[in-house]
Amino acid sequence: MKSATILFAIFVFCSEAKPQQIVIGSKKFTESYVLGEIAKTALQDAGFTVEHKQGMGGTIILWQALRGGQIALYPEYTGTISEEILKAKQPLSTDEIRALLRPEGVGVTGPLGFNNTYALVMRRDRAAKLGIRKISELRNHPDLSIGMTHEFLDREDGWAPLSARYDLQMRNVRGIDHALGYAALAAGSIDVKDAYSTDAKIAENNLIALEDDLHFFPQYNAVFLYRLGIDHRAVAALEKLAGTLDEGRMTRLNAEAERTKNYALAAALYFGEKPKQVPGELAGKIWRWTWRHLQLVGASLLLAIVAGIPLGIRASRPGPVSDFILSATGVIQTIPSLALLALLVPLPFFGISAVTAIFALFLYSLLPIVRNTATGLQDIPTAVRESAAALGLEPRAQLWKVFLPLASRTILAGIKTSAIINVGTATLAALIGVGGLGEPIISGLNLNDYSTILQGAIPAALLALLVQFAFDGLDRVIIPKGLRLKQ
Amino acid sequence: MIELQSVSKKFGTTIALHETDLCISAGKTTVLIGPSGCGKSTILRLIIGLLEPTTGTVIIEGQPVSASNLLALRRRIGYVIQEGGLFAHLTAAQNVLLMAKHLNQPRGQMQTRLQELCQLTHFPENALTRYPVELSGGQRQRVSLMRALMLQPSVLLLDEPLGALDPMVRARLQDELKEIFQRLRQTTVLVTHDMAEAGFFANLIVLLNEGRVVQSGTLDDLRSRPASTFVRDFLHAQRGLAAI
Repeated sequence: MKSATILFAIFVFCSEAKPQQIVIGSKKFTESYVLGEIAKTALQDAGFTVEHKQGMGGTIILWQALRGGQIALYPEYTGTISEEILKAKQPLSTDEIRALLRPEGVGVTGPLGFNNTYALVMRRDRAAKLGIRKISELRNHPDLSIGMTHEFLDREDGWAPLSARYDLQMRNVRGIDHALGYAALAAGSIDVKDAYSTDAKIAENNLIALEDDLHFFPQYNAVFLYRLGIDHRAVAALEKLAGTLDEGRMTRLNAEAERTKNYALAAALYFGEKPKQVPGELAGKIWRWTWRHLQLVGASLLLAIVAGIPLGIRASRPGPVSDFILSATGVIQTIPSLALLALLVPLPFFGISAVTAIFALFLYSLLPIVRNTATGLQDIPTAVRESAAALGLEPRAQLWKVFLPLASRTILAGIKTSAIINVGTATLAALIGVGGLGEPIISGLNLNDYSTILQGAIPAALLALLVQFAFDGLDRVIIPKGLRLKQ
Repeated sequence: MIELQSVSKKFGTTIALHETDLCISAGKTTVLIGPSGCGKSTILRLIIGLLEPTTGTVIIEGQPVSASNLLALRRRIGYVIQEGGLFAHLTAAQNVLLMAKHLNQPRGQMQTRLQELCQLTHFPENALTRYPVELSGGQRQRVSLMRALMLQPSVLLLDEPLGALDPMVRARLQDELKEIFQRLRQTTVLVTHDMAEAGFFANLIVLLNEGRVVQSGTLDDLRSRPASTFVRDFLHAQRGLAAI
């Protein structure tokens, strides 16, 4: 009961619910960030308090967050809605989409004015040398190196059906992150990648988009999806944005955001305002990220200790239950963080929240604690075990007075390992908009901007050292002196 | 008095102890002796309930050992093993006092008993705050003995208590132990593989081989009337300096 209260307190503490506020979500690429910022400014101008959770994971996470009410709106594309959300066989019109989403409690604004479809891009010089202008011409070059985003490789309207339609037999296809793909393209380690047609990088890096001569790609008209329950004045403010952004303008805003590393600035440009620069903002931001990061690590580690030590004690006794505990905690480690989040987000009680991030981190923290507790207890010599029993101590007293203290060094080493790994893993929280040092890291990866990455990576590394240092100090307090003396 | 009634112990298909009847007299020192794997330690572990008999019953002072009275019985038995089995995270004093503290004995009573035990076992009181790693082998066995005697048990079981000590320390501790046995007059069972040590301590020697009692009696009985060639061979194998 007591521990349940503590858990509840931790969750409440970390979720920081702010009522009467509109929460905007965005996906983790530049345009989505910029559209999120534009919506934020529009709603603030209409008198609302707005929070923008930047750079959350993929479509599924945002859609679940919208349906679950953790966010009130986010920018989406009609093609993605048809294919990924509604699983339609044919591309749907905006009106059809609107009719199909209404029963889900979700509304659709009018199209913002640009079509950000997928495109295949190549370096201009490379394409010219090979004489490639259209996608169908790739057929004559099956040895070109293709680097696709993982999402595009798997999409219903992605690489597989595209290859089928164009009858491409490319031999050299691999998955690569979007922003890193541009670097790979520039370096010549891949020849072709997928892109969004309004990517600023296309002009910036002197790339060409290959002509979709068989009209494979559907229309990706940008819209906002919003919860039908939100204030009608907010909907009106969003509808005012419809038809105001053509492809040229969007591409320029994207380029501006990437050049200045500042999405709010690009949004301000849209509204024709001078952006407000707050001096000393960076230090404050880093401090906020770090503090959030510590909260996530602390809460999840505490849970992992509370659950992991009893599990480890159970797993120290041989048998099928122990095998199950050890394999289950092991298998959890193999689930990639984005996949684990995607599994958790649709579940009731989780959604897009700190609770989900903490729970995922908690799961990742279990293995070292469970395994070290089990090993520490198993390593106690039989003679010592039997002496404790022969004294007439009850099994519980044997555990508390003899076995756990004797295993304390190994158990603490497990907790230390967990804590340090956790500092690194906690960056996943940013994928669902919960913040922490993952926020600048993911945003920096997306912008291909090392200084932004370092704003998160350096504090995270320092934090890991600090945790190590703190635990070394804790060793002296927790591990009994008799175990620290040299033989 | 401790009785084994038709007690046997199997580990899987291996028989550690064939069906055995054995009577250990109260207030006397009984020594179980025999080669490695003869079942002598198994008997001690059956008495203190670390092993459950496959057949038969162990009766201690009239009470059959069972799950329900195991804890109470163990608290009336002192148990000392070869390497001492001390708890490395506790000081010498904490090892000795662990059970008494667990049973919430009054502090003054515990301290008095601790001083008595130090005198009895010739353990220096200023070493009580040391941890097991800081003690010599002989000191560790003294602490282990103090721990076993702390609750004033009526039965004392010792499993090769001096086996890991060098000869000088061993001889001194043998003298001291014998004095303690004579003074306390507990029911004592000692396991060893050294016939000289057995003869030195025992009121009764029980010689075992391959999970069976081969002969029991005094050292003289065994020497003068060996029950089998094994008994004679076992005695011969124990070569004293005189035989070299």
